[in-house]
Amino acid sequence: MENVLSLVPVLIKMAIVVGVLLLLPLPLTWLERKIAAHIQQRPGPMRVGWHGLLQPLADAIKLLTKEDHIPAEADRMLFSIAPVVALVPPFLVFVAIPIGDPIQMFGTEIALSISDLNVGLLFILAVSGIGVFGTILAGWASNSKYAVLGSLRSIAQMISYEIPMGFSVIGVVMLAGSMQLSQIVSSQQGLWNVVVQPIGFFVFFVSGLAEAQRIPFDLPEAEGDLGAGYHTEYSGIRFSLFMLAEYLVVVVLAFLNVLLFFGGWLGGPAFLPATIWLLLKVGFFIWVFMWLRFTFPRYRYDQLMAIGWKLLLPLSLLNILVSGFVML
Amino acid sequence: MTDVTVINEVTTDTGLSREVLMNLGPQHPSTHGVLRLLLQMDGEIIERVEPHIGLLHRGTEKLFESFTYTQIFPLTDRLDYLCPPSNNLGYALAVEALLGIKAPERAQYIRVIMAELSRISGHLLITGALPMDVGAMTSLLYTMRDREMVMDLMEMISGVRMHTSFCRVGGVREDLPEGCAARILEFCDIFAARISDYETLLENNRIFLARVENIGTITGEDAIALGLSGPNLRASGVDWDIRRDEPYEIYDQLEFEVITRDDGDCYDRWKCRVDEMRESLRMIRQCVRQMPEGDILIDDPKIAFPVDKDLLAHSMETHIHHFELAAYGFKVPKGEVYTAIEAPKGELGYYLISDGSEKPFRLKVRAPSFVNLQALTERTTNIKYLADVIAMLGSLDPVMGEVDK
Amino acid sequence: MEREFFLLLSGVATVSALLVIVARNPVHSALALVACLVQIAALYVLLGAPFLAVIQIFVYVGAVMVLFLFVIMMLDVRKESQRRYLKHALLPGVVVLVILSGELIVLLTQSTKLHAAMGPGQTITTQPSVEALSLLLFQDFLLPFEVASVILLVALIGAVVLARSEADVTPVRSRKDHGEVRR
Repeated sequence: MENVLSLVPVLIKMAIVVGVLLLLPLPLTWLERKIAAHIQQRPGPMRVGWHGLLQPLADAIKLLTKEDHIPAEADRMLFSIAPVVALVPPFLVFVAIPIGDPIQMFGTEIALSISDLNVGLLFILAVSGIGVFGTILAGWASNSKYAVLGSLRSIAQMISYEIPMGFSVIGVVMLAGSMQLSQIVSSQQGLWNVVVQPIGFFVFFVSGLAEAQRIPFDLPEAEGDLGAGYHTEYSGIRFSLFMLAEYLVVVVLAFLNVLLFFGGWLGGPAFLPATIWLLLKVGFFIWVFMWLRFTFPRYRYDQLMAIGWKLLLPLSLLNILVSGFVML
Repeated sequence: MTDVTVINEVTTDTGLSREVLMNLGPQHPSTHGVLRLLLQMDGEIIERVEPHIGLLHRGTEKLFESFTYTQIFPLTDRLDYLCPPSNNLGYALAVEALLGIKAPERAQYIRVIMAELSRISGHLLITGALPMDVGAMTSLLYTMRDREMVMDLMEMISGVRMHTSFCRVGGVREDLPEGCAARILEFCDIFAARISDYETLLENNRIFLARVENIGTITGEDAIALGLSGPNLRASGVDWDIRRDEPYEIYDQLEFEVITRDDGDCYDRWKCRVDEMRESLRMIRQCVRQMPEGDILIDDPKIAFPVDKDLLAHSMETHIHHFELAAYGFKVPKGEVYTAIEAPKGELGYYLISDGSEKPFRLKVRAPSFVNLQALTERTTNIKYLADVIAMLGSLDPVMGEVDK
Repeated sequence: MEREFFLLLSGVATVSALLVIVARNPVHSALALVACLVQIAALYVLLGAPFLAVIQIFVYVGAVMVLFLFVIMMLDVRKESQRRYLKHALLPGVVVLVILSGELIVLLTQSTKLHAAMGPGQTITTQPSVEALSLLLFQDFLLPFEVASVILLVALIGAVVLARSEADVTPVRSRKDHGEVRR
């Protein structure tokens, strides 16, 4: 019985996280459209609700009521589960993401994370690596050349950029002496890691963009050459699941950037609760991602690979080396 | 989305098919209309590009033969639908050459102003669309916003935004409306600053440069051999511009530079167009300043409607001519002529054969986009990857209305 | 609690492992293998070795299986799934099956005796598993570790060389047939 009782706070936290994450893409799509519009000197959605605030709802209804089309030659089972497979990893990642120091509530100490794993960072990297399966399955199951090309690009990209991404955080782990995210944050008490590890941050940020397949690295879904890439054949609800996954990956990345390099919830003004301060920083990073998307063209496939292997990987190795020497 | 047909699959003995045939278009975001490309690819690497055209074929050249000379103007609008005034102009010049007449000077100025405005409008689209093809979406919306100003001017002058049909044989339909000159000059001032905006947005962008520099290089010799014209030719370093070298209308009275570049890659073709817009602005400014007062339509009742509409109420002869002209059109003496103008896309030529009736016996259009599109299959260019084909296609700037006719 | 979880995870793992060999479509097999590996990772968590679990997912699921799929996707799966790679494989298959099951039965029934024969095992501290593991790898077994990495490097270079020469042999499509559509 005691076992079951101890599960209650975890379950509540999970419910909150899942609920928030499921709803989060709604404001994010609105935000992205507005940011795009203002960068492009136009008002953006204005009709549905005040300044188009209800536009995401209208979009959601549209997507949910559209025909869910499966191509005749597609592998029906894999085609159906691919969007779900793509969606699971970004949710899983939030298991290990803390959003503040433990707080006192109902007389007990409640940690502001579902589970502050001692291998948290590694867990996040590993789980976000699984995200590629959704893309692979979608591309392969669609039985379309556009989709297959998109997913082949995606596989190569994910594998190539996971390596510099993993190496770039080693410097942070060395400084903190732990892979536990809460410890990494508390190790930045005096100085944010971005100051100590600028190269690490650069590599992490860039390879993060590539992992999330955002412009300038959005080759798997480059509408210029591949139509829509791996989700070319998707429509309706399944398509919206891919969109959901895409937004959540952006949120995950923003969280990681803040937690690893920008002091997490530390360093805010005194009147602001630490968690709010963290969320503000996360919001800033989400904005940066959107800003980049509407400013840059995209790289070509070979250029993307060259950047990953010839620039980011050596840089991240150099970073580890330098950090090691300095620490010794 | 587009279906993908396997036409030819090369299989090796391992059972792995090395090459894939992929259909790009006709429904595709970056084929600029309904172009269909058949790509033979080894993974991402392009082995062969083969454009399949004809999906927008409307039989325009055959249609020409069953319309009177005046009725043909709206058909020419729909060739290069981004810049109808220059299509009109080229056609009018062909008919005028057979008739042996010339439009009044003021009409010529108005025609040139509109042709140059339409050049800006055509170049603006590709200035934004090439970056969008390589992923930078914002630039297209910037250029579209500015293209709107050109459209407004067109509307002010002709009453129509796109298919202006403003030219007539022997002049233009109407005089510029009141206050139009001031509006055009105002546009010139605003737009000059905007061109610099595009350049700062894209020229120093490493990613954009990486995608277009040294991609799809065409040498000057190849360009001539392929029959390229317009900015695509000049970007390869060939200094040829019909406006300067075989001037028509009043281009010999205007001062302008012919923009050439050396490398002939996608970037040069893009940049060439950006710079040409500056020159167009310069020409428009000169035109507005130099434009004389006077007639806008030739004073020949057999060919053109009377400029003074009051005559219709007083003069029986004018009335009869008007009726004849409206009901049957005018006759063009027997003969053949080829006239070419420097349209935004390149050399736009009209080969007109008249059998002496009110309708052309044959009117062949030498459409620049059709010829320019050949460069896409040319293997001397260094297209290597799928994404390069897209950049190459964008930089060649074909308009399918003109390719398929 | 732990027992129920173990049963659940190992059950799913067994079923998916079975699917790996039963599924006709290689992509389905590969995915079943992914599922199996994830279950095993979860079992590691249950055993108190989260580090190992994460590495399992990182390496096997995130990298190895992705590469598997990468290769499978290049194949014409419909054709391949019809093909029999080993002809007359029934007899050797049965022999291998008998030997394997014999071994398993012996292990399952005699395991207590074997344990006794091994003598008292070392007590393994699982708590700071990352530290323990890295100390083992970089202190006690540094030489084998380095040797393994060098061998892997050699294998890598070998693979690159093999792939290279194969690419050189493939005939380059001549320019002449460019332009014609073959149907």
